Amino acid sequence: MSPDRGPLHVAGEVLSVKRIGAHHHVTVVAPGIAERFRPGTFVVLTLDDAADTARLQPRSFWIHRVRPTGSHGATIELVVAAGSRFTRRLVALPQGSPVRVTGPLGRPFAQPREPVSCLLVGEGYAAAPLFPLAERLRERGCTVSVLLAAPDEAHLLGALEARRTARSVTVVTADGSVGVRGTVVDALPELLTRSAADVVYAAGPVATLHAAAAAAEQHGAWSQTALETAQPCGTGLCQGCPVPVVAEDGVGRLVRACTDGPVFRGDRVRWLEVDAR
Amino acid sequence: MSRDPGPVTGSDAPVLVASGCGGTGRELDALGGLDGIGGFVTRTITLDARDGGPRPRVVESPSGFRYAVGLQNPGIDGFLALELPWLVSRGIRVAVSISAASLGEYADLGRRLGRSPGVAAIELNLVPPDAAGAGLFDAREPFQAARVVGAVRRDLPAGVQLWAKPSADPGRLAETARALAEAGADAVVLVNGLPALMPDGRPAGLAGPAIGPLALRCVHDVASQVPDLPVIAAGGVVDADDVRALLDVGAVAVQVGSALLHDPTAAARAAATLRGDA
Ligand SMILES: Cc1cc2nc3c(=O)[nH]c(=O)nc-3n(C[C@H](O)[C@H](O)[C@H](O)COP(=O)(O)O)c2cc1C
Repeated sequence: MSPDRGPLHVAGEVLSVKRIGAHHHVTVVAPGIAERFRPGTFVVLTLDDAADTARLQPRSFWIHRVRPTGSHGATIELVVAAGSRFTRRLVALPQGSPVRVTGPLGRPFAQPREPVSCLLVGEGYAAAPLFPLAERLRERGCTVSVLLAAPDEAHLLGALEARRTARSVTVVTADGSVGVRGTVVDALPELLTRSAADVVYAAGPVATLHAAAAAAEQHGAWSQTALETAQPCGTGLCQGCPVPVVAEDGVGRLVRACTDGPVFRGDRVRWLEVDAR
Repeated sequence: MSRDPGPVTGSDAPVLVASGCGGTGRELDALGGLDGIGGFVTRTITLDARDGGPRPRVVESPSGFRYAVGLQNPGIDGFLALELPWLVSRGIRVAVSISAASLGEYADLGRRLGRSPGVAAIELNLVPPDAAGAGLFDAREPFQAARVVGAVRRDLPAGVQLWAKPSADPGRLAETARALAEAGADAVVLVNGLPALMPDGRPAGLAGPAIGPLALRCVHDVASQVPDLPVIAAGGVVDADDVRALLDVGAVAVQVGSALLHDPTAAARAAATLRGDA
């Protein structure tokens, strides 16, 4: 990895926290990280120095958007579903609060060389890395179709934004509060045919990724899945995020979600054995 | 003892990366985490590749972490082919941590590593707190731990150091340390993760600032009661103040472990601060 591509460990600062639906969008000034960003990578955040805190474990967040040249310097935007003690603290931080940021980490989405047809499948806040990907794919001349899913409208990420970049956007919610009532599994077969997708990109819960990978394979398309599992360190040090895959030599292996992923070829993951805890 | 093992660190840098907390080294290096470091201890390597245990493997605990990785590693062949060459080319002093199922297997691992260019030391992970039932040689008794040291020592080239990381049972540490020294250990590493349980009841190690005061006591006791045996400290180190405290009670070098999970630059920063002292 060339030095200007590698991750950085920097002192960052909270620029803003905005509530959008059920999520919080946290914008962080993180010098150098926005410039190195590629869609599918993530950052690790810590809120205190180790000498000052009883809670040492950092947390990983997808990078949802970058602005390399804002008036406050380079910023990154994260989508936070505030539930844990850590995330509740994070979204309550006032502007200017210091945070330590490490990133961009992990292997990004592989992007096609040819201007092919791409179907992007996202569910809930975890759809975050698909939006910058859609922009890059469009810049490459790809046809981009998007399928967004959520339990309800409040948990749906970015349908408006997707309409700006994608040729078609389909929304499904479990309660039918917006879009079509249904799930990713219901909507995938028809969309794959209609978009004539060559590549499927998926981001969301494990079941959604599994469904997208399986449907892509049936349809003869490649798939790239952004896997979100618990990552104790996020930086490849602790072996706490094993993912069962079939490696290129056909042999089963356990690799690290944070460093060997988080984006995997959908046909390489042994989905039934994935444990996201 | 007649042989002079030399200093345990490669430079005057007393800060090392502890076993199991530094990935393959590359991940830390990408973040500047190896800058100014006196040595890198690998995660524990076994004869055959191991898959390790189920998730969760590392969980937050007050002022620390509980871990039950279960010794996931690529085995000695995978390690020699895929991981050691990078560490050697990086020019860092490498200590390879090993565990084994029998004395013969320990001796075999030691022989192969001792012949591998670039291995400065072997660290015996004698009682991994997270691997009960993993079929390893039981080295909880001081006399058994000493047998492991003896078995590896016999065929180890003179230039390769032998470090022993025993069970962190504070009551018998001095006795254990004496036995290790007599069997030919060049240094003792104190402490391993303390015996703990994961929330679901699997055996685990406890690491981080929560165990710092106990590590300090263990290092102090062994350094004062077994003065011939160099002590390499580990346990709860997050910054240069912690390193100084352990050096002050007699450690010759200090390993940084789980603090790297919180801040991958912790060891490099502690090393830089200490250089500023000099
Ligand atoms: C995630 C994790 C994995 C570890 N793996 C190993 C290992 O493979 N071999 C070993 O000897 N010690 C292992 N340890 C123990 C550390 O090397 C060290 O002795 C212990 O964590 C105390 O230091 P600390 O408080 O700085 O973490 C591990 C610790 C952690 C947190």
